Amino acid sequence: MSEQNDFWREAMRQGMGQTAFLRALGGELLEFAKGRGRIRLPYAPHLVGDPRSGAVHGGVLTALLDQACGMAIGSALRAPAGMATLDLRVDHMKASAPDIDIIVESECIKIGREVAFARAHAFQSSPDNRLAMATGAFMLMRLEARA
Amino acid sequence: MIDVAAILGSVPYCAWLGVSARIEDGAVVLDLPFDAKLVGNPILPALHGGVTGSLLETAAIAQILWETGGKTIPRSVDITIDYLRSAGPLTTHARAHIVRQGRRVISARAEMWQDDPARPVASFRGHFLLASSE
Repeated sequence: MSEQNDFWREAMRQGMGQTAFLRALGGELLEFAKGRGRIRLPYAPHLVGDPRSGAVHGGVLTALLDQACGMAIGSALRAPAGMATLDLRVDHMKASAPDIDIIVESECIKIGREVAFARAHAFQSSPDNRLAMATGAFMLMRLEARA
Repeated sequence: MIDVAAILGSVPYCAWLGVSARIEDGAVVLDLPFDAKLVGNPILPALHGGVTGSLLETAAIAQILWETGGKTIPRSVDITIDYLRSAGPLTTHARAHIVRQGRRVISARAEMWQDDPARPVASFRGHFLLASSE
């Protein structure tokens, strides 16, 4: 990894990696490097979207998956760039169980000149126990292009 | 008529976000006041994409509850969000409509806007499983 990339990764960690919203949800960045990311979200009462089952709201998973995809791309970039989600598709396979951490893992698929692609999945306990999967396209705003 | 606002109020995540519901022209409209905790990009600043997704999905769920008269939250099967503009630090609104209602699955679309309904910030489509009466 280049020095520039180390700098960028550190900036990401301090800046857009730890967003106010992820913090408010209670999410924690476990790692992200070389086009892969990992977030942990401890179960908490304010995340519940279905009071009958205690499952978290679909939007909670959308937030984690979106963020994890962005992080995976950010960690794969060779030069700093701004990023904006163009679209995100989320498939919900299973409702989450209460009282268990949710783990999200992401992977950058491709970085183009203008657009980058990533995917992510969320699970509890074991990667086999998949809650949701996402694919996203992200617009890149390369900083050097503006100079 | 079911009380959509009361049902949403009983959903902890919606209450925590600060979402409220009202009925306008036969459809549920959601309002989400800006709050610092909702920010995803502090430089712009912009709402987190997950907030946008949460509000749109909730709009679809609220509209489904309203139209079907159901009280149990329908389950999301798949959703797609198109992010059209950056969502600024303003009150945000969303509204959904049902495209097709089958026996078990509902297809819904939703839009989100801030100061100008003619300039949507994001659009959404999704499939929802109607809660079986277990």
